[in-house]
Amino acid sequence: MTTTLVPYDEALTRYEPVLGIETHIELGTKSKMFCGCPTEFGAPPNTQVCPVCLGLPGALPVTNQAAIEGIIKIGLALNCSIVEWCRFARKNYFYPDMPKNFQISQYDEPLCVDGHLDVEVDGETYRIEIERVHMEEDTGKSLHVGGATGRIQGADYSLVDYNRAGIPLVEIVTKPIVATGDKAPLVARAYATELRELVRALGVSDVRMEQGSMRCDVNVSLMPTGSSVWGTRSETKNVNSLRSVERSVRHEIERQAGVLDAGERVVQETRHFHEDTGTTTSGRSKEEAQDYRYFPEPDLVPMAPPRAWVDELLSGRPELPAARRARVREEWSLSDKELQDIVNAGALDLIEETVRAGAEAAAARKWWMNELSRRATEQGVELTELPVTPADVVRVSALVAEGALNDKLARQVFDGVLAGEGTPDEVVEERGLKIVSDEGELAAVVDEVIAGNPDVADKIRGGKVAAAGALVGAVMKATRGQADAGRARELIIQKLTG
Amino acid sequence: MSTSVIKKTAAEVAEIFASGEASAEEIAREHLGRIKAVDGDVKAFLHVDEDNVLAQARAVDARRAAGERLGPLAGVPIAHKDVFTTKDMPTTCSSKILEGWQPPYDATVTARLREAGMVILGKTNMDEFAMGSSTENSAFGPTHNPWDLTKIPGGSSGGSSAAVAAYEAPLATGTDTGGSIRQPAAVTGLVGMKPTYGGSSRYGVIAFASSLDTPGPLARTVLDAALLHEAFSGHDPMDSTSIDRPVPPVVEAARRADVEGLRIGVVKEFGGEGYQPGVLARFREAVELLESLGAKVVEVSCPHFTYALPAYYLIAPSECSSNLARFDAMRYGLRVGDDGTRSAEEVMALTRAEGFGPEVKRRVMLGTYALSSGYYDAYYGKAQQVRTLIARDFDAAFEQVDVLVSPTTPTTAFPIGERADDPMAMYLADLCTIPSNLAGNAAISVPCGLADEDRLPVGLQVMAPVLADDRTYRVAAAVEKALQDRWGGPLLAQAPDLTEAVK
Amino acid sequence: MPDEHAATGSAEEAASGGAITRDDVAHLARLSRLALREDELEHLATQLGDIISAVARVQEVAAEDIPPTSHALALTNVFRADELRPGLTPEQALAGAPASEQQRFKVPRILDEEA
Repeated sequence: MTTTLVPYDEALTRYEPVLGIETHIELGTKSKMFCGCPTEFGAPPNTQVCPVCLGLPGALPVTNQAAIEGIIKIGLALNCSIVEWCRFARKNYFYPDMPKNFQISQYDEPLCVDGHLDVEVDGETYRIEIERVHMEEDTGKSLHVGGATGRIQGADYSLVDYNRAGIPLVEIVTKPIVATGDKAPLVARAYATELRELVRALGVSDVRMEQGSMRCDVNVSLMPTGSSVWGTRSETKNVNSLRSVERSVRHEIERQAGVLDAGERVVQETRHFHEDTGTTTSGRSKEEAQDYRYFPEPDLVPMAPPRAWVDELLSGRPELPAARRARVREEWSLSDKELQDIVNAGALDLIEETVRAGAEAAAARKWWMNELSRRATEQGVELTELPVTPADVVRVSALVAEGALNDKLARQVFDGVLAGEGTPDEVVEERGLKIVSDEGELAAVVDEVIAGNPDVADKIRGGKVAAAGALVGAVMKATRGQADAGRARELIIQKLTG
Repeated sequence: MSTSVIKKTAAEVAEIFASGEASAEEIAREHLGRIKAVDGDVKAFLHVDEDNVLAQARAVDARRAAGERLGPLAGVPIAHKDVFTTKDMPTTCSSKILEGWQPPYDATVTARLREAGMVILGKTNMDEFAMGSSTENSAFGPTHNPWDLTKIPGGSSGGSSAAVAAYEAPLATGTDTGGSIRQPAAVTGLVGMKPTYGGSSRYGVIAFASSLDTPGPLARTVLDAALLHEAFSGHDPMDSTSIDRPVPPVVEAARRADVEGLRIGVVKEFGGEGYQPGVLARFREAVELLESLGAKVVEVSCPHFTYALPAYYLIAPSECSSNLARFDAMRYGLRVGDDGTRSAEEVMALTRAEGFGPEVKRRVMLGTYALSSGYYDAYYGKAQQVRTLIARDFDAAFEQVDVLVSPTTPTTAFPIGERADDPMAMYLADLCTIPSNLAGNAAISVPCGLADEDRLPVGLQVMAPVLADDRTYRVAAAVEKALQDRWGGPLLAQAPDLTEAVK
Repeated sequence: MPDEHAATGSAEEAASGGAITRDDVAHLARLSRLALREDELEHLATQLGDIISAVARVQEVAAEDIPPTSHALALTNVFRADELRPGLTPEQALAGAPASEQQRFKVPRILDEEA
């Protein structure tokens, strides 16, 4: 069955989207959730396993305290209540990448409940209500061999690596997100972005969507505008970037509008998002409803986080993104737009570190947001990946401030640093990039230039001081840009009119 | 050293080793000889590797020679239930699905036996995945009761009980989920102890029902059981449900062996219909004996104990349905039907159907039912509430008395085959033992004589509060001492001589 | 545990410890991943029916307001420090595997039912 997509704007004239987002975040603990195996990404297959995470007969789980601290930090940052008592539960279903054929998770007793996260889209604030935040363990990973490339469908067999099995996973579930209208895809993206920033700020996960340490499942349903009865939802998985969060919502709105317009019913199903086409395809439809037979995990004892512990985690936490943004906006005198640009460029940490290391905020922002952002874009890398440190920027700014460099020379210094020629001082030294500040040397050049341009010199003598620009240009050219242009101008005028 | 070392208690064998009268190797050889002589008929062991046993024994001798301070049971051989993982021996839980599986790690109990300088003779037969009361549910054939080879040795630790009763080993490990140590001990004339839940580590014990499974000792004397209890119990950071407290002073209690002034409660609900007259007679005598030794005996009602059996047969299967899901032909064990065309799902289902025996399948299905959508509250949920009520019955009882007593099991050993396809009849064997599994408290079975009808052993169960394990040893030791004075020796001395019978 | 569990089976059915049909057994077998033969399904329908009506006795107990017990002892907050412990080598991990390839567990093709 092919569905005719309804153009987005048109779809929004007839339908109101309702969203729900389930986000899985792998915590960056040293060891796994229930055993002492490492959690490093990208290790050779089955090198980070033990009887516990392989689910060997007889092995038992023991909860990693750092993981529980991590989830409580996330819960608190999302304004959740931390429950006084809760248990782990077993979610029973068979799947080869799940070593015990049950996942240790939480069912009706999540650790954190009833929170919210405010996100901003086009100057408007949307409050995303958080239903629950619970703790669970990740599964292994399968490599599908034969058939179409790497796809599970049509594969001949699969190869399973359990390195990822048992990595602590926090699941964050929103309440239904309503009344976002045509902003729905942007709100979804803003939520995922803000959540990622929040978790990153807490330092409990590297939240790298491309590596799967943050994964979003996005539920979308449509109801006719003006109705209050929610439609049937689809659940889109495999949404592996912030951009995909936005695109998948947009696509589902267009697709479901097409289904509904055709008088058909939206099927409750899992759908897979495809980055290349920006579309979703049907996964398994839940014909036989799953029966997970949850029951309290008997191998783990209940958790009852003492109030003092929770308070300690709360008081010891770092500044959260929203507060931080408000602070730097104030401290650096930024407009909303300027701040947003910095955040979007991923430059906030870098600029703040540069300022903290002694640079003026304006200078730090100028170098990171203009010069260095441009180069990152040219090279197709993140700003953080450039081989330039905040300390380098501090040094270059200082050299400019003290008049040892001008902007043009400073750019050449960055060229050198990026090319691996060393620190800014080493580049200055090696390339001989120094403003000619020796008065005698500069005066000699000025004299040469005056002698070489008698016409212009006459004009200046005649009172046309503005013509001095041409001579300054000539001085700069003669010094290969290393002269202090302001001082050169002063000298020229002094010599011709003084 | 004479060949009679095999008839010695573990405490005596330990003394023989400690004094240098015999090496661990010599002691091990004697027991290997006994196994060779009788195990063809008893079938207590699934796996005995002589070379491995002798190597272990020599290593213990070397440790002693090097001056290492070894534990009180150093040099003593032990029969190890096949539910504990052992990295130098296969571990199968008597299931085809795990046939030949060699674990890459030792259970905590296994590691502690080795540390103590004990010599593991081999792995003992059991009901598959510890589900049963007769050891008939082993995929590798039943074990026979040394008192009467046509009878069951109890279960699920039936290989362990038979091995110790047949003098193949002075000690054995067991696990008790609903009575799987106490009931086999009772029907073979041994002492069997279920420690307080969490008192002994489950790490490396292949799980049947996680919230009930408890490793414990089987022995020919109360003191031996206490020595073994002390050797492998205590806190284990690898088991979250392990209690971080010192092991109760069980050895001291076993040596104390007096009940003067102790208040003993007879559980009113355990007796009458369904109980073999010979069992009830020996039980009554044991109670009278305790009274004569200075205990104050009263009758105590535990009204919810009669619901323990149905609650257990919901909770244990529910947990087992989940625990046994991992046996799926993907990572270890049997794989059936993988012909390149079948999916993983089909291979899993075929393997599990082929690899599990009928009782395991029954319980997996029953547990799946009890946990499934729409039935959870009426079955699993209700059973969990009954569990609370049973614990409350114990609490109320222990406000009035120090220990509770009952027959360990309603009947003596029954014939092999009698209840094989009658699950409900089989389940009754655990009637009296289950409440302590549900509440997690300590309970022991100690021999109290032979039933008149069949001259087979009867066990007295002594139950004590959580972490009062020592109290059960104190009472059991008092009973043992008084009865042995009366009998002129251990009950087991009245068992037929197997080597004679075999000849 | 509420809600999800109240989805299918009816309360009366559950309370009566209702008869188990062959189809019920087949459903349970699917959930339990057991490829049972037809004769096993029939036999188990009878046996499970008997057992279930026996264990349904738990429903006779007046247990209103009685909290359920999931653990034998009331321990809470058992955690371990976030420290590495030596695990298995890939050879040890794969030693018991029915099949392996590229240092991974080789399993038959997976029907896309989950994940």
